Amino acid sequence: MPDLLLELFSEEIPARMQAKAADDLRRLVTDKLVAEGLVYEGAKAFATPRRLALTVHGIPARQPDLKTERRGPKVGAPDAAVQGFLKATGLKSLDEAKIQRDPKGDFYIGLIEKPGRDAIDVLAEILPVIIRTFPWPKSMRWGARSGKPGALNWVRPLHAITATFGLETEEPDVVKFEVDGIESGQTTYGHRFLAPAAISVRRFEDYEAKLLDAKVVLDPERRKDAILTDAKQLAFAQGFELVEDQNLLDEVAGLVEWPVVLMGSFEPEFLTTPGEVVRATIRNNQKCFVVRDPKTGKLANKFILVANIEATDGGNTIVAGNERVIRARLSDAKFFYETDLKTKLEERLPKFEQIVFHEKLGTQAERIRRIERLATDIAPEVGADVAKTKRAAHLAKADLLTEVVGEFPEVQGLMGKYYALAQGEDASVAAACEEHYKPQGPTDRVPTDPVSVAVALADKIDTLVGFWAIDEKPTGSKDPYALRRAALGVIRLIAENALRLSLMKVAASALAGLSVTPADASKLPSDLLAFFADRLKVQLREQGARHDLVDAVFALGGQDDLLMIVRRVEALGKFLESDDGKNLLAGTKRASNILAIEEKKDKRTFDGAPDAALYGLAEEKALAKAIGEVKTEASAAVVKEDFAAAMSAMAKLRPPVDAFFDKVRVNDDDAKVRENRLKLLNEIRSATRAVADFSKIQD
Amino acid sequence: MDASLPAHMRPERSFQGFILALQRFWAEQGCVILQPYDMEMGAGTFHPATTLRALGPKPWNAAYVQPSRRPKDGRYGENPNRMQHYYQFQVIMKPSPPNLQELYLKSLAAIGIDSAVHDIRFVEDDWESPTLGAWGLGWECWCDGMEVSQFTYFQQVAGFECAPVAGELTYGLERLAMYVQGVDRVYDLNFNGRDGDAKVTYGDVFLQAEQEYSRHNFEYADTAMLFEQFKMAEAACKKYLDAGWREGGNKKQHLMALPAYDQCIKASHVFNLLDARGVISVTERQSYILRVRELAKACGEAWIHTEAGGAA
Repeated sequence: MPDLLLELFSEEIPARMQAKAADDLRRLVTDKLVAEGLVYEGAKAFATPRRLALTVHGIPARQPDLKTERRGPKVGAPDAAVQGFLKATGLKSLDEAKIQRDPKGDFYIGLIEKPGRDAIDVLAEILPVIIRTFPWPKSMRWGARSGKPGALNWVRPLHAITATFGLETEEPDVVKFEVDGIESGQTTYGHRFLAPAAISVRRFEDYEAKLLDAKVVLDPERRKDAILTDAKQLAFAQGFELVEDQNLLDEVAGLVEWPVVLMGSFEPEFLTTPGEVVRATIRNNQKCFVVRDPKTGKLANKFILVANIEATDGGNTIVAGNERVIRARLSDAKFFYETDLKTKLEERLPKFEQIVFHEKLGTQAERIRRIERLATDIAPEVGADVAKTKRAAHLAKADLLTEVVGEFPEVQGLMGKYYALAQGEDASVAAACEEHYKPQGPTDRVPTDPVSVAVALADKIDTLVGFWAIDEKPTGSKDPYALRRAALGVIRLIAENALRLSLMKVAASALAGLSVTPADASKLPSDLLAFFADRLKVQLREQGARHDLVDAVFALGGQDDLLMIVRRVEALGKFLESDDGKNLLAGTKRASNILAIEEKKDKRTFDGAPDAALYGLAEEKALAKAIGEVKTEASAAVVKEDFAAAMSAMAKLRPPVDAFFDKVRVNDDDAKVRENRLKLLNEIRSATRAVADFSKIQD
Repeated sequence: MDASLPAHMRPERSFQGFILALQRFWAEQGCVILQPYDMEMGAGTFHPATTLRALGPKPWNAAYVQPSRRPKDGRYGENPNRMQHYYQFQVIMKPSPPNLQELYLKSLAAIGIDSAVHDIRFVEDDWESPTLGAWGLGWECWCDGMEVSQFTYFQQVAGFECAPVAGELTYGLERLAMYVQGVDRVYDLNFNGRDGDAKVTYGDVFLQAEQEYSRHNFEYADTAMLFEQFKMAEAACKKYLDAGWREGGNKKQHLMALPAYDQCIKASHVFNLLDARGVISVTERQSYILRVRELAKACGEAWIHTEAGGAA
């Protein structure tokens, strides 16, 4: 079956957009093919800075013929209806229609045969539409045609379209179409500098090979492999080790069609600037890699650049040029760092009075004061030194106003730590300047120093409560203030440090510090708690745990101690994996179901203690006795926060529950006995509530 | 590069030779070579030959040097490449020709940058000027890791869609010349291409000015006067705009777009000076930018109702 080759050749496509664009192209074309009844065998898309390419192989040469039946008017219907039917079906007269009988009468049926079209014609129709409506994140107009309405929008000027279709054994045909004055053909171009001449291509195989000859590596994965391999080798040859950086690799592979890896160096004295700053300078501004000494782990005074040409001088000019720029940049960075060191962190704070954190939540200075107060409140609860916590919260944001952080936002916090240490702050205070931002996500390290923990919690809870108060909660995929991440951060800080903290209390304290008063202030903490429950569920689900258990624990009410919730959920999860757990759950559910039915029947509940005098069977007595014991034992264990013990106590319920259902008929003929048995069932439910609401657990 | 040039005129030896080479190259591409606009402005884009001429349907190809004033960037002459006054070389071509990238690369060759040994790259950089109500897509052009030019396809200027789109190139002249001449400090640039006693450096011409203007911009610029000047320029701009409208036949015409726009340029520069003096708070800053943008938009509106703006 024939294959399609499509290439869209343009001016330089932003690196960050290439991968998605290739994927979109593949998806859009193949979806449309399938919708047109052309089921293909395989497809692959590629991107370089100057082209998007797609190959789809094994496309049927023709669409299948389509036969559809169309129901027409009743036999004997007015002429207008008959004429309309003939027109719609293309039949010449009613003689060509069938008559079909159904309960409503006899109807004309027209058979419409739509012959399949040649795939190449279908392609010629769908490709220009896809090109015109391509989902670039940002697109533009250009050239003389941009003066007219309806001009093509593309990411950057589009210059040529290659579109061929055909069998491997034959000369393929050009899929003929035109978009905004660009005619499809089979001519593309090689590397901008190394082989700019036009190339005539037939199909994907020769296309890829000819591009390679013309110094274009089509497949981004191949470019990445080549860059990584060469960079590692170059570093290794000089006794260094490449500092790998996937995002940077992705980006530089999107900036070159013909990667050439080179190494340059800079003056060792720049290494007195913190390594992170050196790396950020070289990476962000110059898109170069850094290397380190494998023995010490420290950065070396070398960098690795990826050029787009094989230079006639072996790359000497390119290396020298890059060295000059990097030297100037590092010199700036060093100057920034040294300038920063001259000002104490606290001296920067007054400036925050001028900086708005959020229109409705006041200035950064106000926010820092809130965090300071909240962190001081939290400190004793998490075993942190109050004075150090207060100091850390006071200084933690100051580095935002330093030159280095202004230049490289990603080293915020880290620079705070360096500057705090340099001005002689306590080690915990300095660490908190960096760590209070942590954890940044599900895999980021969670701080353990109590001072860091207190400030980190205060920072996040102030953010959450603040945005809750002004009703800027996350909705759907929109979470512009990263509130989900903040909530997850709080959960991880608490759970991984085994902290006891009443979230309701902390949230209320944070709320009291805000200058805005939300309309429903009293509801806010519990509302926020529900958000934490949701985040906890998501996190547990991601860890492969059962999120319904979170519901079962939250349903008990009054649960705002995250650590206890997590512990309960863990114990419950383990218990439910055991036979005792499974059977007890089944028994409890059975009890609940029976109760639900009978409660509905009688329009009443069966609360209240059963009457021991009405127990007639041994199994009843045994169950009642077990419930009493288990309740006491489980409650005592819960008070001691020994949830495993509480679950073990629960396990003792299983045999009497099983025996009860085995031997006892609940709906006894004696109404009093029946009522008493139902009350006993209710007791099973209430006994299990010592650990969780079993009705929320899914089977 | 033109081999017939005398040594002192070669772009790699002399700053003025460098500028002349660029002018000559773009003149050969059919651009009118303008001289700098006679007002203080932050970038070559503010020149009416770009801002206003980018609007309207009429073709327009021009190139010029524009001294750019960025009061905040002054460093008292102590920074090797940051200055409050520097030169931009600006090219504008409307509609953007299909081979604008190739022309740009040829212009680099004309000033001595050979693409066989230099790594030239087009790296995404979307351009936006909040004060001009303008945006476009394009790249920063890198030569061996150094940003040497800005390349933009204007999509909107003064709040109006560009139809057709103009291509704009901006070369940072000092930076490029430093690279070509191989000096690390801008003040060491050879300005006139001569040697020995006859040599004049960039520092000879501009170092004192950098020191004096830095002092002025950061310490002494009269802020009371400047606040007043801002208001006056804003009022004058609006006054001229109001006065310029004419009902000609069945369509509106404007007769004073250019003088009004001068006042917009003025307001923008005065704002930059006030900003450098640190007397504009963060919140006020935004509102000043908006006020200048409103002027720019109103000037753009007036411009498209003039003859050159396409109202014929």
